Amino acid sequence: MIGNGSAPAPFASFPGPTVRSVNDPFHGDLLEVSMGPQHPSTHGVFRMVVTLDGELIIKLKPVFGYLHRNHEKIAENTTYLGSMPYTDRLDYLCSMSTNWAYALAVEKLAGQAVPERAQYVRVILAEMTRLVNHSCLVGFLFNDLGTSFTPLLYAFREREKFLDLFEALSGSRMMCNYQRFGGCRVDPSSEWLEAARQIVENYPRFLDEYETMLTGNEIMLARTQGIGRLGLAQAINAGITGPVLRASGGSYDVRKVDGYGFYPRFDFRVPLGEHGDTYDRYMLRILEMRESVKILQQAFRDIPAGPIMDPKAKLRGFRPKAGEAYGRIEGPKGELGFYLISDGSPNPYRYRVRPPTLINLTLLEEMCLGHTIADAVVILGSIDIVLGEVDR
Amino acid sequence: MSDAVPTPVSAPATGAVAPQITDAEREELRRHGVLITYFEELYNWGRSNSIWPLQFGLACCAIEMIAAATARFDIARFGAEIFRPSPRQADLMIVSGTVTKKMAPQVVRLWNQMPEPKYCIAMGACAISGGPFKQGYNVLKGVDRFIPVDIYIPGCPPRPEALLNGLIELQKKIRGEHLTGPDGARFTRPEIPSEFPIPECGEHDLVPPKNNALWTPPPSAPRKA
Amino acid sequence: MESLEQIRDRLRAYFPAAQVLIVTNPGVAAEHSLLVDAAHGRDIALFLRDDSALALDYCSNATGVDWPDKEITDSVKTAVPDPAGGAPKIIEQKTTRLQPGCLEAVYHLYSMKLRHGPVILRLRTANRSDQTTLPSLTPIWRSCDFQEREIYDLYGIIFEGHPDLRRLLMWEGFKDHPMRKDYVDPDDYEWEPTAHAQVLERAKAHFPAAPKPEVPKP
Repeated sequence: MIGNGSAPAPFASFPGPTVRSVNDPFHGDLLEVSMGPQHPSTHGVFRMVVTLDGELIIKLKPVFGYLHRNHEKIAENTTYLGSMPYTDRLDYLCSMSTNWAYALAVEKLAGQAVPERAQYVRVILAEMTRLVNHSCLVGFLFNDLGTSFTPLLYAFREREKFLDLFEALSGSRMMCNYQRFGGCRVDPSSEWLEAARQIVENYPRFLDEYETMLTGNEIMLARTQGIGRLGLAQAINAGITGPVLRASGGSYDVRKVDGYGFYPRFDFRVPLGEHGDTYDRYMLRILEMRESVKILQQAFRDIPAGPIMDPKAKLRGFRPKAGEAYGRIEGPKGELGFYLISDGSPNPYRYRVRPPTLINLTLLEEMCLGHTIADAVVILGSIDIVLGEVDR
Repeated sequence: MSDAVPTPVSAPATGAVAPQITDAEREELRRHGVLITYFEELYNWGRSNSIWPLQFGLACCAIEMIAAATARFDIARFGAEIFRPSPRQADLMIVSGTVTKKMAPQVVRLWNQMPEPKYCIAMGACAISGGPFKQGYNVLKGVDRFIPVDIYIPGCPPRPEALLNGLIELQKKIRGEHLTGPDGARFTRPEIPSEFPIPECGEHDLVPPKNNALWTPPPSAPRKA
Repeated sequence: MESLEQIRDRLRAYFPAAQVLIVTNPGVAAEHSLLVDAAHGRDIALFLRDDSALALDYCSNATGVDWPDKEITDSVKTAVPDPAGGAPKIIEQKTTRLQPGCLEAVYHLYSMKLRHGPVILRLRTANRSDQTTLPSLTPIWRSCDFQEREIYDLYGIIFEGHPDLRRLLMWEGFKDHPMRKDYVDPDDYEWEPTAHAQVLERAKAHFPAAPKPEVPKP
């Protein structure tokens, strides 16, 4: 369908339609539909090739790579610190915690210590990121359910308050680039801490308002209970981590297992689900938000004065010794890990991101089989993917 | 003035012609409830204040685009809150985020499916030129290699206010468009293509890597070994 | 959790034909790893998963690494007696040979049941050109499914026994393996040095040349 202009070879002619009929003698007419990469519900450029029998899903194959931005290759040609802004853009909703994961891995590689105040600030920012991420995820999930933006507006209203805090602290709303190897870039002032504390104090009221609207909603219950069940043994074998695993009953939270940062000092519980369906995944995130508020309240109460950056940290000419390290955190979406191999030069020899969202998608087909397309959209929404991290 | 028959005013062919009625007289008439305007002005006013964007978020800039649509920044006051999922119903494609070579054929296909009049905003550094990922082997170094772009919004990501600024600039551009004549808008002239050839994913790169009719490299950027 | 030496000894006892070596990590993190030969990779992985003391049921990460070929110059000095009766002349002969590099797959294993880890497993191919096959560990840990597809896509390691080995991130017709060290990206002519390249050059110039990276020896 080339227009009035000339269309010389070797350009592609208009390709065939994306809907094909597949004749299977057992099932009758099967329809193969390509959902995505541009689709209002696929949370970014993600494509699912779905084979349908009527409305039921017979086969589902995800296709990735539409946002593959060569982060790992670029990092091999960039200094360690130069990759920090790129980690913001991996999971672009949670830049503060992704920064921390990378800083943790490099500090493990180089044996760099972090002062107490910086650890508390990191915990505060990571838990705030968890609040932002989970509330937006619930908003997007309800978008997929068809509420057409209203819960998302509530979530984004709260998110804007946190983004103002991030902007005051680091200079940017989303791409914060705030953590450094050995501490944080800027010391938060007491006014900032007070303002943050106030916002966190008001957060449970927002959660109550949110839950009043959403949790007991009949349509939501009918559409999420029993949908997309995930068994525990299957989930562990597939390397599923984060809220998706805990909704299936798997009690594995890297904050408790590894005890990185100063998490052992905080008193918090890890909620677990029972059925592993979409409703459990939604409810788990609400409960995790309440636990995050508890952690934040303790952190604001206990944060000490002190340096924000280790005085012995090497800021210029950072060159860790040859070796390798794997550092991981419990990000809002799952276990986010960075594997670094250093050969003694200022840039890493191998830089690998362990993306929780890509690995959580391993069982997407198993979760969606037998459900309708509408359910597939909701199941994908409850897994919580961000394509920047899936494709890197 | 009240019993004079208003002279019919048609859109001037070349645009710059002394109007037969002064602004003060138009204002006087308006107060009496009589509106006199150019057809072109009315048409463009309607179009610019009801741009419907395509729901097309690629990467991080998409989050700022969604934030621009939420209550704090409120793109709805500019008439653009209806994000259409289908390209057949959209006027504006906001390319928000990095366009990779795997995604480029789909972007061009979506552009071709949009009916005229259509506009494109390249939001963010990645859509303009590849952005921070410019060294990537899979990154298309700017969406204007394959489709014509009307407004460029720099930033990484640009704030929602910057997107609104870009939208306002686009509205100004639309309002300045002419509907007839040799310098009319793109969609009024049949010799300007509205659909562009879709690149193919080849063995090592896109085939062709850029649309030569649309975009040529700036002469001052040589490749260094 | 038992130490890496104890795991190695147990593996050698159970699989006498396998070559299990420990690769020490010289850095501060001291995360040493087990190098296992490719033929016994899957059996050892199954043992690691099902053993009651280890119970490594969770494969957290599967990475590909490229160790390029190395040119090694051998010089042989021979003394040639001088026919005129003077001091013997010493002639140096230099021959270069190519030590083939390898492609490597590194697996980080943890245990969700017993909450310990990591145990790092390494598998290496014989060379980078024609013998790039490794056993797939996807039948044992499903989490390696997409990660091994990505390693195949970006490095070119062919995983035997993988249920669906296709490219993951690049498109189907793509021919190269981009994460290899010798990949040359297509000439987009518009590549110009970015700030990163300058910062890296300056950082490198501050220090004497680092030794060329070598495959970590066990």
